[in-house]
Amino acid sequence: MRLVTGWIAAAGMLLWSFAAHAVLTIEITRGVDTGAPIAIVPFSWEVPAKPEQNVSDVVEADLARSGRFAVLPRKDFISTPHEDKDVVFKDWRILKSEALVIGSVRLAAPGKYQVQFRLYDVFKQTQIAGFRYTVGADLLRSVAHQISDIIYQKITGEPGAFSTRIAYVTREEPPRGSPVYKLQVADSDGFNPQTVVRSAEPLMSPAWSPDGIRLAYVSFEDKRSKVYVQNLTDGRRELLAEFTGINSAPAWSPDGQRLALTLSRDGNAEIYIMRMDTRALTRLTFDAAIDTEASWSPDGRDIIFTSDRAGSPQIYRMNASGGSAERLTFDGDYNARASYAADGKSITFVSRNQGGYRIAVMRLDNKTQQVLTDTSLDESPSFAPNGRMIIYATEVRGRGVLASVSADGRVRQLFKFEEGDIREPAWSPYNRELQYKE
Amino acid sequence: MKNRKHLAVSLLIAMALAGCAGEEATKPATGGEKGAAPAQTAPATDQSAAGASLSDREKQRRAELLAQHRVHFAFDSSAIDDEARAIIEAHAANLVANPQIKISLEGNCDERGTREYNLALGERRAQAVEKMMKVLGVAGNRIKTVSYGEEKPLCQEHNESCWRQNRRAEIVYK
Repeated sequence: MRLVTGWIAAAGMLLWSFAAHAVLTIEITRGVDTGAPIAIVPFSWEVPAKPEQNVSDVVEADLARSGRFAVLPRKDFISTPHEDKDVVFKDWRILKSEALVIGSVRLAAPGKYQVQFRLYDVFKQTQIAGFRYTVGADLLRSVAHQISDIIYQKITGEPGAFSTRIAYVTREEPPRGSPVYKLQVADSDGFNPQTVVRSAEPLMSPAWSPDGIRLAYVSFEDKRSKVYVQNLTDGRRELLAEFTGINSAPAWSPDGQRLALTLSRDGNAEIYIMRMDTRALTRLTFDAAIDTEASWSPDGRDIIFTSDRAGSPQIYRMNASGGSAERLTFDGDYNARASYAADGKSITFVSRNQGGYRIAVMRLDNKTQQVLTDTSLDESPSFAPNGRMIIYATEVRGRGVLASVSADGRVRQLFKFEEGDIREPAWSPYNRELQYKE
Repeated sequence: MKNRKHLAVSLLIAMALAGCAGEEATKPATGGEKGAAPAQTAPATDQSAAGASLSDREKQRRAELLAQHRVHFAFDSSAIDDEARAIIEAHAANLVANPQIKISLEGNCDERGTREYNLALGERRAQAVEKMMKVLGVAGNRIKTVSYGEEKPLCQEHNESCWRQNRRAEIVYK
């Protein structure tokens, strides 16, 4: 992929090839069987040596994870077609499958694979999508995610978010020596992790630019918090904020022109807006309380943020150009770190509920609040760009892990990495670069 | 249970330091938090002439407080309790008596709640200690504050005893 950053390229390659094998398993901890029944026939492999990435397995895992599909077990299949001419719709109607996916992978040229797939409506007996891709082995997983996106869109009528990425921070503590912190970026299913920044001091608060090319984050590499922005395509990075006091909680405006930050340069944690072209700062909040964790509404008009001005941390909303703040949360004595869904209609945040810190969502039209998780140290929720899933960090047996929950709370899963402590996931925007369709 | 253990440790130390028990030994609970973690060694001691006028018991008590470099806080709070006050007063007196010393105050939080909010809360804790030291006569330009939020826990377990250790401001001599 193109994420190779210059200065880590040499060391990074080793790390990645190791990480790619060591990574993770995904465990669905709460599921539903009410999704659309779909049959995915394992794609045929007409290649001399099977590449590692099994396209149809990736598609199947994506769709199962979304909670919108009931993936039918392969052992029940009556036939296993790979070509259009071999499809017998009756075989799939018997299984009550609404949709059918078939496909093949063949060697187009040395090192180049041609992937074909077709999606059928079983009851109408028609093909509803079909595409062909020619890519190198390194892109087979991203082709699989694109296929998942197309199937998701055709069946649910909404865009999929499988071709996106997640950024997160890991902390590893070797038996001897000091801890190592890494800012990493992986595919939306946790595979293909790549290290963006590595430090002996804590890293925090990764925030995607709206174009998905840059990450802003907080680094303690100078023994105090400073905000940096790093380009993922060329690895270049810039120091954005090193004012006296804390420099934290970066959040990009939807147009990518401004960054909201929390600074305490005037003595107290306040929210500021920095223009990315001139670096000019405008102070947004004026309150003796802590004001932090800003997030922009998708139309760029409003900022929501955490403030303890009423005595405990709660979520407030104000105009991004200033003015008074309206309190949004009233349930419970700890509501913090809110961010918007892409449609601007709901927000997700951390809420203390029955003694635990859990992931909650609120509909902004009627302010109804719903708690989605039942674990006790959940944090850093972030919507998928299609608003259907929320990724967050939680703790299992004393270790930080990533988890996701569907926005309706019905499907949950854990991303089980083999080692290290993982925190602060941030879901990327849609990636418009990754299109290999023919 | 834990408090009692602290008290016992404090008592032992106080008795060892004081040489004789006496009525002073009934008070050292104000020192508290001994069991939290190994304290850093105090890089400076009181060299002022004023020290001579202090009774031995008071000197011992101040030495004991000066050996403590961590003050602790309640959840989501930066309020300084009596225990913390005694430690801060001892360090402030030491700093006033030794004007060449500079310190940094490092604010920290437990893991509960959100990271960015905790970064601000950690700063507030460091600032609370700073404010008290200034009131006690330490010049502001000798104090630096920094917040690590919840990023530098002393204790990694997920229980109140650990969380209490982590909700702290550290007084670090430069």
